[in-house]
Amino acid sequence: MTTPKDAPWLYTISSKHKLIDLNFKEIWRYRDLLLLFVKRDVVTLYKQTILGPLWYVIQPLFTSVIFTLIFNNLANIPTGKGVPAFLFNLAGITLWNYFKECLTGTSNTFTKNQNIFGKVYFPRVIMPMSIVVSNLLKFGIQLVVFIGFYIFYVFANNATVTPNSNLILLPLIIVMMALLGLGFGMIISSMTTKYRDLTFLVQFGVQLLMYGSAVMYPLSYFEEKLPEYSWLVECNPIAIVIETFRNMTLGVDAFYVDKFIYALVFSILIFLFGLIVFNKTEKSFIDTV
Amino acid sequence: MMKDIILKAENISKQYRLGLVGTGTISHDLNRWWHKVRGKDDPFLKVGEVNDRSIKGESDYVWALKDINFEVKHGEVLGIIGKNGAGKSTLLKILSRVTSPTTGEIKTKGRIASLLEVGTGFHPEMTGRENIYLNGAILGMTKAEIRSKIDEIIDFSGCERYIDTPVKRYSSGMTVRLAFAVAAHLEPDILVVDEVLAVGDAEFQKKAIGKMQDISKGEGRTVLFVSHNMAAVKSLCTRAIVLENGETTFNGGVEAAIDYYLQGSKNDFSIIDFKDRKGNGLVKLKTVNVFGFNEDCKPQTGKPFTLRFELENNHGVSCDDIDFDIRIDDNMGQRISWLSTRLFSKTNNGSLQKIDFIMDNLQLNYGVYYVTTYLTVKKIESDWIQNAFSFEVEEGDYYGKGAFVSSIQSKALLNFKVNTHVD
Repeated sequence: MTTPKDAPWLYTISSKHKLIDLNFKEIWRYRDLLLLFVKRDVVTLYKQTILGPLWYVIQPLFTSVIFTLIFNNLANIPTGKGVPAFLFNLAGITLWNYFKECLTGTSNTFTKNQNIFGKVYFPRVIMPMSIVVSNLLKFGIQLVVFIGFYIFYVFANNATVTPNSNLILLPLIIVMMALLGLGFGMIISSMTTKYRDLTFLVQFGVQLLMYGSAVMYPLSYFEEKLPEYSWLVECNPIAIVIETFRNMTLGVDAFYVDKFIYALVFSILIFLFGLIVFNKTEKSFIDTV
Repeated sequence: MMKDIILKAENISKQYRLGLVGTGTISHDLNRWWHKVRGKDDPFLKVGEVNDRSIKGESDYVWALKDINFEVKHGEVLGIIGKNGAGKSTLLKILSRVTSPTTGEIKTKGRIASLLEVGTGFHPEMTGRENIYLNGAILGMTKAEIRSKIDEIIDFSGCERYIDTPVKRYSSGMTVRLAFAVAAHLEPDILVVDEVLAVGDAEFQKKAIGKMQDISKGEGRTVLFVSHNMAAVKSLCTRAIVLENGETTFNGGVEAAIDYYLQGSKNDFSIIDFKDRKGNGLVKLKTVNVFGFNEDCKPQTGKPFTLRFELENNHGVSCDDIDFDIRIDDNMGQRISWLSTRLFSKTNNGSLQKIDFIMDNLQLNYGVYYVTTYLTVKKIESDWIQNAFSFEVEEGDYYGKGAFVSSIQSKALLNFKVNTHVD
């Protein structure tokens, strides 16, 4: 409702919210802040630790070893012909970790930053975005470790793993994981400003979600053993993304275009929904938090 | 002259819910949502009362601000004055976009930055230099802007030696200096200044005040200045608005605004409804009246001064049995003075109703003072209120020499003589 007379106003502080009120120009203006937040996160995370960034590597490796022992050696879950179980698990965990870190990192944006949000204004969405970007660095390191083990298994152990042409989808897959983590994270962070119950839900919900996301088993095996529940995992976009990732790198699991598109659309929608909720909350959360 | 106006506030109101957020929020939220679905107004916007904190209210909702309208012209320094709780901070929060108004809107043609709180977002593990970049970016500067000013900032802070050391090794004073240095080098179109001048040691304060004057006078920046310090408002601002219980009661020239504020702010407090008090309540404080030369006059340095307390003494406790102390703190929480009826022998023994503390010439310098009251009956605590009320003392010529003493230098003014000896 801008009349010509009002046109030169730079911006308006008002009580009325548009549904999607995303000021990309403003976010762009604050891009330096985003990078500085990323730098802060990366630089300060392992200050005063001995192993430092090595922790990025240790976490997925140990988890994969444990998963291999329990799920493959003890419970005998098959991982596909000629595919080393350890590599199978490492693939799933590497990708899952990125989602998990994005989700848990962004899910307390408002409560964790209420001090700084209560004093100065900057586009709030910078905060969760910086978390997603700094986690990308962690993910990169873990991906390199995965590639290292991959090469080791192919040349030293003659494992029959073959990447296929779907590999070009890898950047898209990473973006989908980021969107899912960010989207869910923003929704949860918005709701925890008033109702703190959700913080408890996140803590164990993420654990449970991992079991429903085909991290340590192939979806086909799940369908075979528990056909009546398999729709749960099949509808889970995270499971589809992880399956696709293993398909493109290891040549196991199936790749369905329709499922992939479903997951893509789902992650974009959840991200947009998250943004809307987040934007609605940021206007006045400081009064309720 | 539409062009000249850089900021315009129209019907700004802000409603707050009292009590604990969480109790009954879900039912109120559902109620709100249900009204919204049917296309009706928010039912809780109709309730809400004028925000007078000393009076017990009927509703859980209060208006911290109600229908605030003002305009700021380019290059103008606007003062915002009002008592504690008048809504100044809420207005600043809305202006700096920390929270949004319940109704109304503010239109602006320039970027607003506030010196609300310095040192926001400092990370203890990062060095001073890294924190300058981070803090500057949080306040809205770009990396290039900060880079071009970094030497100036470091120089201003006076922390050069420590600049590549993590901030957690800094003394608290150094942290504040560094933070203020960053904030002072912001270059927004509109600067919002809350009383941030009271940081650091005397030397740094002088520097900070000088910088504020440069910004507002020398550089021709539009500034909104919020302060209790009438002397500072008078010297910096051209125009002022007076807030009272969330409403603008005056909008005009700075001299007239200060006069209005001084007359309008009656120093009468009803404190009988205060909840936050200790003691058995046998005798309680009812009202306080602080005045200067006469009952309509605000206290002024060097002039007569009276603190009048009325008591609620339903049991007719005798004057002999009551001891009453008042403790006066300055705005930094520093104890300035202790006054007590104990120091005097009581002459009458009827049921005590009223106590006056009288000074012939007030030795407190200008500024805001907070009073804690402590009343005992037969040495047993009856009514103890921490920070029961505050009063403001106006600048006055205590020594009669036409020279004012800065309250930074001296909170209390002592009588003294100077003898000079020469060969």
